[in-house]
Parts: sequence; structure tokens; C-alpha cells
Amino acid sequence: MSGPNTEYDPVEVTPLKAEQVAAMRDEALAAIAAAADLEQLKQVRLDHAGDRSPLALANREIGALPPQARKEAGQRVGQARGAVAKALAERTEVLEAEHEARMLVEETVDVTLPTARSRRGARHPLTTGAEKIADVFVAMGWEVAEGPVVEAEWLNFDALNLGPDHPARTMQDTFWTEPADNHVVLRTHTSPVQARTMLTREPPFYVVCPGRVFRTDEYDATHSPMFHQVEGLAIDEGITMAHLKGTLDHFAARMFGEGITTRFRPSYFPFTEPSAEVDLVCFVCRGAGGDEDGTTCRTCRGEGWIEWGGCGVVNPRVLRACGVDADRFTGFAFGMGIDRTLMFRHGIEDLRYMFEGDQRFATTFGSDL
Amino acid sequence: MRAPVSWIREYADLPAEATSEEIARRLTALGLKLEALEVGGADITGPLVVGRVLTKEPELQKNGKTINWCTVDVGPDLNAANGTGEADQGVGIVCGAHNFEVGDLVVVVLPGGVLPGGFAISARKTYGHISAGMICSARELGLGEDHDGIIVLPADAGEPGDDAFDVLGLREDVIEMEINPDRAYALSLRGVAREAATAFGVGFTDPVDRPVPPADDAGHPVVVDDPEGCPVFVARLVEGFDPTAPTPDWMARRIVQAGMRPISLAVDVTNYVMLETGRPIHGYDADKVRGALRIRRAEEGERLTTLDGTERVLSAEDLLVTDDSGPIGLGGVMGGETTEMSSTTTRVLVEAAHWDPVSMFRTGRRHRITSEAGKRNERGADPATCEAAADRVVELLTAHGGGTAAPGTTVVGAPPARRVVRMAADLPARVTGMAIDEATTVAHLEAVGCLVERDGADLVATVPLWRPDLTDPFDLVEEVARLVGYDRVPAVLPRPVGGRGLTRPQQLRRRVGRLLAGAGLVEVVSMPFVGDGDLDALEIAPDDPRRRWVPLANPLSTEQPGYTATLLPGILRAAARNVGRGADGVAIFETATVAFAPEDGLEAPIYGVDDRPTPAELATLEAALPRQPQHLAVVLAGPREQPGWYGPGRDADWADAIDVVRRLADDLHVELEVAAAQVAPWHPGRCAELRVGDTVLGHAGELHPRVCAALDLPRRTAVVEVDLDALLAAAPEVVVGPSLSSYPVAKEDVALVVPAEVPAAAVERALRDGAGDLLESVRLFDVYAGEQVAEGHRSLAFALRLRAPDRTLTDEEAAAARDAAVARAAELYGAHQRS
Repeated sequence: MSGPNTEYDPVEVTPLKAEQVAAMRDEALAAIAAAADLEQLKQVRLDHAGDRSPLALANREIGALPPQARKEAGQRVGQARGAVAKALAERTEVLEAEHEARMLVEETVDVTLPTARSRRGARHPLTTGAEKIADVFVAMGWEVAEGPVVEAEWLNFDALNLGPDHPARTMQDTFWTEPADNHVVLRTHTSPVQARTMLTREPPFYVVCPGRVFRTDEYDATHSPMFHQVEGLAIDEGITMAHLKGTLDHFAARMFGEGITTRFRPSYFPFTEPSAEVDLVCFVCRGAGGDEDGTTCRTCRGEGWIEWGGCGVVNPRVLRACGVDADRFTGFAFGMGIDRTLMFRHGIEDLRYMFEGDQRFATTFGSDL
Repeated sequence: MRAPVSWIREYADLPAEATSEEIARRLTALGLKLEALEVGGADITGPLVVGRVLTKEPELQKNGKTINWCTVDVGPDLNAANGTGEADQGVGIVCGAHNFEVGDLVVVVLPGGVLPGGFAISARKTYGHISAGMICSARELGLGEDHDGIIVLPADAGEPGDDAFDVLGLREDVIEMEINPDRAYALSLRGVAREAATAFGVGFTDPVDRPVPPADDAGHPVVVDDPEGCPVFVARLVEGFDPTAPTPDWMARRIVQAGMRPISLAVDVTNYVMLETGRPIHGYDADKVRGALRIRRAEEGERLTTLDGTERVLSAEDLLVTDDSGPIGLGGVMGGETTEMSSTTTRVLVEAAHWDPVSMFRTGRRHRITSEAGKRNERGADPATCEAAADRVVELLTAHGGGTAAPGTTVVGAPPARRVVRMAADLPARVTGMAIDEATTVAHLEAVGCLVERDGADLVATVPLWRPDLTDPFDLVEEVARLVGYDRVPAVLPRPVGGRGLTRPQQLRRRVGRLLAGAGLVEVVSMPFVGDGDLDALEIAPDDPRRRWVPLANPLSTEQPGYTATLLPGILRAAARNVGRGADGVAIFETATVAFAPEDGLEAPIYGVDDRPTPAELATLEAALPRQPQHLAVVLAGPREQPGWYGPGRDADWADAIDVVRRLADDLHVELEVAAAQVAPWHPGRCAELRVGDTVLGHAGELHPRVCAALDLPRRTAVVEVDLDALLAAAPEVVVGPSLSSYPVAKEDVALVVPAEVPAAAVERALRDGAGDLLESVRLFDVYAGEQVAEGHRSLAFALRLRAPDRTLTDEEAAAARDAAVARAAELYGAHQRS
């Protein structure tokens, strides 16, 4: 950039005529208006507002003018450059807006395209079902107890008042481990976990024991050599059958909805006395056995009740074998099949679905029940 | 137990208006649970009527068979509708049977009727006649086996046209109940009727309450060597019995209704009396019995052919009935072949004996014999019924088979004294939570047959002999409670003192399940049964601990005779099943208990039950059981990321398998170490051993290609099995929170050339070591082997992130940390930076 030319003779230089400046300005404004996109506008900016643009050159000439001419010329050129800069800014804004609008249109996708790039995982309903049950009891202040699957015969039978000649021992069709007289079995129920609790803890205690159990049943739509049970045991001072009923009613309501209760029928289990079968009010027809059209309820087959499990007051013989002071404490126990409970709760038609490992089964339920 | 309602009513004065449903409901409420209510005649549709045979003309057919062309009077209306149109002329029916004469009353089903099995009757042309119906046999009506043709009714059974449903008792309802093993008494009409009478609060007539002739020495001689095994033995003799006499229809019908099969009069009578009284009876052909009956235990290895034709090798525990010829019966369980009653038996020796239930149970189980008699004997029949039951048999045999009761009644032994059970008078109220007063308690105990006396604060109950199950005070509580009604138990929620919530392992297992499901894995539950064939397919070595599955004495399948020590066979079966069913990818996991049989064999102690075993005894018991950790297994095969509009997707491989465990370990804050390993069934070059400190958790990687092929799994199927308990045990309970620097991060990338056999994890460890405290993270982002690095080497490119907690790092500081890291790698593995 040249400094003021002090030797310059203003008379001899071309004055920055108003028409010329206006022409430069108008030419620039026309080019700006004609720029179709930001790219063209960039060129227009170089051509008409850049260092080598006519107006910039003209501006450079101002210093060479005689002092008396400088003011006017400066004003004239400055206004022209201002108008060009303003037009450029406005045009930029317009073109940027256009550009963005076009880009947004171009980037539009089909948001209904499938979004999953990997498959969804799931937990098995037997797991989440057992957790759901555990949560009902934990919320009441109970604890969840566990024990081994390959179990001592004494804990699976003797300690529970099932002596060596008890008919129930064959009823339960036990898997015995080899050699056959080694007194080790696959547990036929989760009751040995109850025995273990009594043997290792001081009452009072309230525990539920979910887990897998085994019986030598052939495998079909409703039977399996492996299935799952949840048993409960409460040992405390003053425990009665009424507490058992209250607990099971609460359990039923939590699992199947408010108003779903249980009923007891006399039954027989060696580890409880008195013993009862537990029926559940059918949670589908709510005990009616069918709907108003007279269609029989499929869940309870028109009975209005669903067989759910067994229960009773803990037989004092069991308390004694497990070292609980039977004069001071009483208790109740109950047990039901988790598999069966899920089958009727969710309308699962074939027990084998539980154990086949077909991904479609658990995926139906997701990560919780 | 199946009980015809009319038979129940014979002993219980039930109100006439009580329906079968109501009776069944009340019995259920008392504990005799309704299995099925069979409504009589529900499978037969009429018209089924009484007919009188008017004419009977035998006609020989071309096939050599003779049929009878009959006309049968079925009453004016039906005659008119089905015959010639005349009310006084019978209908024409062709009948193949011959056991009837003109004038006999028979049972006729007419066109429109349906017999059991959906057999619809219509008028049809047969043997040259239009047969407008059928003369029925007992079998056709579902009433039992035919003796010798159609049913001929007694002359006073009714008039032609009468509804035959009533005449035949076809409208008889039968209540089928599930009888719990403690209620043996309910395996008889006597017991069921007693419960029914109690349920309705009405009178009960005990069928065994009958006068019996006094015992004397004139009967068949019986010696009981083992009075513990056979406390009571009663023998009676019937002579001059007609073995061809038929069983009366009513008796045969009740036997069928009760679920047994009529066989012959003599056998049917013994079964009928058993159903009636609950006392199993055995009949011998007295002419085949040699001398006195002797009851003793068998000698080990002694042999007896029972009346089912099976030769049985006896145990010293078996109770035998013998005569001079040797064993003639397995006492209380099954008679012998040599003295079996037959179609020529005219002298019937009747045995009504009480046997020790435990012996019955063991003998039945040992010889795998289940029978109606055995079921009652092993659960405990009423020992006081022997004389009455024997007398009832004699009565029925002589009434329907002729003959006479021979003089003499042999009775050896006597019923035991009735048991006395003492119970605090308020115990029923205390145990049930119901307001039960003493008077109620006494009344209900008396209703079940107890004699009750008051003694201080206690009630002393003398229990009836038919209730061997009532031994403890709580047994009496149940009797009182069920008679008060279980439906009256109030519901009271107990209030436990604060529980401790889920244990840490329980919480962690839930967390693991959620993490795995979140990672796109689907949980499966497999059968844990295994056999050597499964492990052979996985090429697992003979001395591998996973071969130590727990053998079962009675497995369901010979291929899988044990409880597994590895989850792989089960979960791989599930994987193959998914593939077989067309799944285009498998991503499954399983957590379950495995068991390792101890090398010195399994043997657990049996303790007494009168007191808690000592801590030492419990420890012994615990030590005897196999180690049973929870394992986690994973199978990944096919697309881990599915191909789609966004790209080609990606198949699972060894890295995904290891990553599953790495992510779990990271989330649980467990420092997992990964090292190359060669373990079946994994690919020897693509298997990682996963360790926490010195503990090997398990392995992950790709399956050996041979194993994939053998199990029908896709190539590159990736598999994990780890000890989940061990992984969870390593998780710290409390995680120390981070301190987050807000100063800028300095990024330094280094590419290190190392010998190819140096594991990347080792180089990374060296970099961490060398970089010092400023290192925030290090990440391997590229692996290169090829022209630009020396033969046998590879280049590993790591991105280091460095940051100080208290200042912005200068370029010099960052470079110094990087150089120190590289120097450490150079020192340990000869690494140099790639130029």
C-alpha cells in the first residue's frame, strides 16, 4: 500500500469522479445480486470488495488527491464500499439460508428405516419370574436362601419327616446318584434349603427359596425331569395358619393383581401338619369360571380356581430334627412351581419351551416380566 | 378312589336332595379331593328300554353262524314307532347271542340311541331282515365284561318300555377322589361314607359293625411265626361253592364303577369286600393248600411264582404265606400261582390278615408290584376289621355261589391297643389362628372316631385303629381344623423384623443377567444331564475335570446318565437347535449350577431326626457333597451386527466371546487377565484363558472347527464358559470415586514394532507401567504386519492420553511420559518405534 504521494500534483491526476464511483458500486451490487450461491458470492467478494477490486483501488487513490479533494472522494468511495459490504452481508445471509435449507432437504432420510443393527437380548422368564417372586417377599422383610442342587438324602428327606419307608419317597420319583446307596440325590424340592436355614440360623427367620429341582418324570408338554420351585418358610413365636393365609393372599395379589386371593384345602405333606393345598382365584375370570356369554375360562377350565401349590404349619418333627425349639417357635411353609405359575400367568402352552433354548421364547418376554 | 354315590348313601344317611356335586364338594373340603365326577349314563343316549322277547327264530347263515331273528316288545309307544306300526306287535331285531329265551326281559337300544364310544343305532338291513335296534350286552353298555352274551334281566326287573337306565343303575354317579397317603381309611366306602356323614352331620352305619362267629380251633390251622409282620390273621372256609355261579350284576357294576374289573364270583367278592371295608382279602383254592398255613419271613433267595406268572426271588425281609409245599403267597402283596382260585374251585379258603405296612411297602417296591390290595396294606388298613371282613366274604360267597360256611373260625393274634395322643386343649386355636373352643375340638375329634378325655390343660385322645396316621398333637390339630373348615382360617400378614435384603451374590447375578441381556444375549435354561458322548464330541480330554460329572443311579437316558460339570453341552445343543430352526444368528447365555463329583466318590451320612446334628456332623455332610459352582456360558454364532441399509454387518468371532467377559469384568471392577491357551473344545489358536489374579475363571474364544462340524454349528462359533461365582467373588464391594481433571488432555500416538509372538496385552501393560501417573488411558488402534516391518514382527499402534490433575501438560512433559512408556516396552519386549 502506498503512502500519501506528497509530490503528486492533484491537478494532473484523474479525479475520482462521482459517476465512476457510482458505476463501480453499481457494478458490484449487480454482481452481488447475481451471485447464485455462496461459491459465486465468494468470487464476487474478491472481485468487488477484495484488495484488487476497483473500489479498493479507488480508495487507494484517495491519498493521492489534493487535500481539498480528499474529503469528498473519501466520502464517495466510503459510501460505495459501505453499500457493497452491506449488500455482500445481506446476500451472504440469504445464500446461507438457502444453502442450509437445501442441505436440510438433501439430508432428509427415511426415518422409518429399521434402526436395530444388532438383536435385542433377553433374560429367561424363569430367572425374572423367580426375581419377581423374591422381590415380593423381600419387600415384606423376607430373605432369599439358596442351597445345592446335588443334595444329601438326609436333608432332602429325613430331616423333613420323610423317613426311609415314607410312601412320599417313591411318590417323588427321586434321581439317586451313583452308587445308589450313597445317600446323595438331586434335590426333589427346595425344602432342603429350608432345613439348611433352620440348621444354620437362629429363629426368627422368614426366607424364600427359589431353585431348580428334579424328579424322574418323562419330558412332555406338562412334565419335566427338571423344574423350578419357590418355597417359603417362616419361623417365629406365635406363627399360625392365619399368617400363612395372610402371606399367600398377599403374594397372590402382588403376582396376579389386587383382589386375587387363595383358598386352602386339606392335604398331606410330611413336613407340614396341618397341611393344605393352595388354590388361587382365577385371575382371568376372577373366579367366575367363564365370561358373561357363557364361554368357559381357558385358564382355569371353568373351575374359577387354579391349583397353585402346597403349604402348612411346619411339622414339629421337622423343627426338632433341625434343632429349632418346637415349644417356643412355630412356623409355616409353602411351595409352588415357578414354571407352572409362569405357564398359567402368561398362557405358555408347552413346558418344554422353557428348556429348549429357542431364542424366540425368552425374547418374547424381554429383560423383565 | 372311585366311590359310587349310591354306595356312599348305603352307610351315610345323606339327605335325599344332596346332589353328587354337593357331596363331592363337601368331601373335597374335608381333604378327599374331587378328581372327576362321573355322571352316570352320560355316554349313552336313549331310547334304552326294557324289552320282552316275543319270538326267537334261529337262522343259520351262509357264513356258518347262527343268528336269532327276534321280535321284542318294547312297550306300545315304541312298538308303534319302531315296529310294524302296531302297538301290540314287537319290533324286529337280529341278535347274535343265544343266552336268552322267549319271555325273557332284555335291554334294548332303539334307533336314535347312542352307545358308549359314539356307536349310533339306526334301523338297518342285516342278515335279510330290517333290524330296528339292538339287544345289549354288558360290555356294549360299558358295564363290564360279558359273561356269555346279552344282559338277561330278572323277571321282576320291570315292564317292556321301562327306562333301562334306572333298571341297570346307569344313572349312578361316581365320585373319583384323590386320596392322600395319610388317609388310607378313605380307600374304602366305609371311610368315604364316614367322611360324607361327618360332612353333612348325619348318621353313619359302619359296614364292619356286624356280629361275627367266635374264634375257635375248628378252622383251618394257621401258625404265625412273625406276629410283628402279621399281627392278625383270620381264616374262614367256604365249601360246596359253585365256581360257575355268575357275579350278580349289581356287584359287577359296583366293581366296575370303583375302577376294577369283574373276574369271577369268588375274586369279585374278595374285591367287593375290600372296597367296602378297606381290608384286602385273599382267597385260596383250599383243595390246593397242603396243611397248615404258616406266616414267616422268606429266606434270602427263596423263590415263589406269584399269580401273575412271575417267578420272584425273595429277600429275607419279605413276608410269606407258606404251607407244607413251601411258599404259596407273598403275604399281603400277591398270592402264589399254586393255590390260585380257578374255574373249578369249590372250596374257598378266605384270608383276612393285617400286615405290617412298612414290610408291605418294601416288598411292593422291591418286587415292583402295585395292586389295590398292596396300596391299602402299605398305607395301613384297620387291623380290627379282619374278622368282620372275612365274615362278609363268607356271607357273599354263600349267598351268590351256593355252598356253606364250613365250621370253624381261625383267628391268630389280635388288633393292637388304640394309640393315645395327648394334646394341649388350646393347641388347635394356637396353631390355626382360628377361634376354636374346647367343646368344638372335642366334638370334632369324636367325629373322626377318637375317644376324648380331659386331663388338666390337656385333652387325651384315644385314636381309632383306622387312623394310624394320627400320632402327634399336630395331627389332631389338622383333624379339628379341617372339620372347622380351612375356609375359615383368617388372613393375617406376619411382621418380620427387618430383613437383610438380597445378598451381594444375588444382587450381582441380577446385574450380570441385565448386562448380558443389554449386550444382546438371550438367556436360556438347559437340561443339565450329560454323558461321555457329549464330552467326546467336544474333544474334552479324559483327565479333564469337566469329565467329573455326577453319575445318576437312575438316569432317564443312558446317553446322559449324569449331572453335568460343564454348561457347554447343554448350551451348544440349544445353539444348534436355534440354527436348526432357521435362526440367522445365535447369541445366548446361561447361568446355572454345575457339579464336580469328588474323586474319592460320593457318600453322605444319614443322621437321626430327634435332634439337630452336631456342627461337626453337619460339616461332614457338607464336605461329602460335590463342589457346585455357578457357571456362565455364552454362545455367539453368525451376525453379531446384522447386515442392513447401513452396511454389511459383522459376524461374531473369538473377540466377541472374550469381550462379553471383559465387559462384565469392567462393570464389576474386576481386573481380568487374558492369555492365550489351548483347551478343548476351543480353536487352539483362538482360545483365551481368563484369569483374575491366580484364579482361572474359564475360557473364551472360537470353537475348534471340528467341533463346529460335529455339532452342526456355523464356522467360527464363539463360546465362553467361566466360573461365575469366582468372577463375582472378585468384585470389590465399594468402588472409590474418581477425581476428574478439567485440564486439557495431551494425546500421543506411538507405533511399536515388536516380535509377532509378543502379546498385545503385554505391550500395553508395559506402556502403562512406563508412562506413569500422567497416563489416563491407552488404546490399541491398529495392528500392522507386512512389508514395512521386519519379518516375524508386527507393528502395534497405541493412542495414549495423558493428563495431569493440577495443570496443563507442556509438550515436553507429554513427550517425556510417552518416551518413558516406549522405553519400558523396549526394555521388556525389544519394541522400537516405527519410523
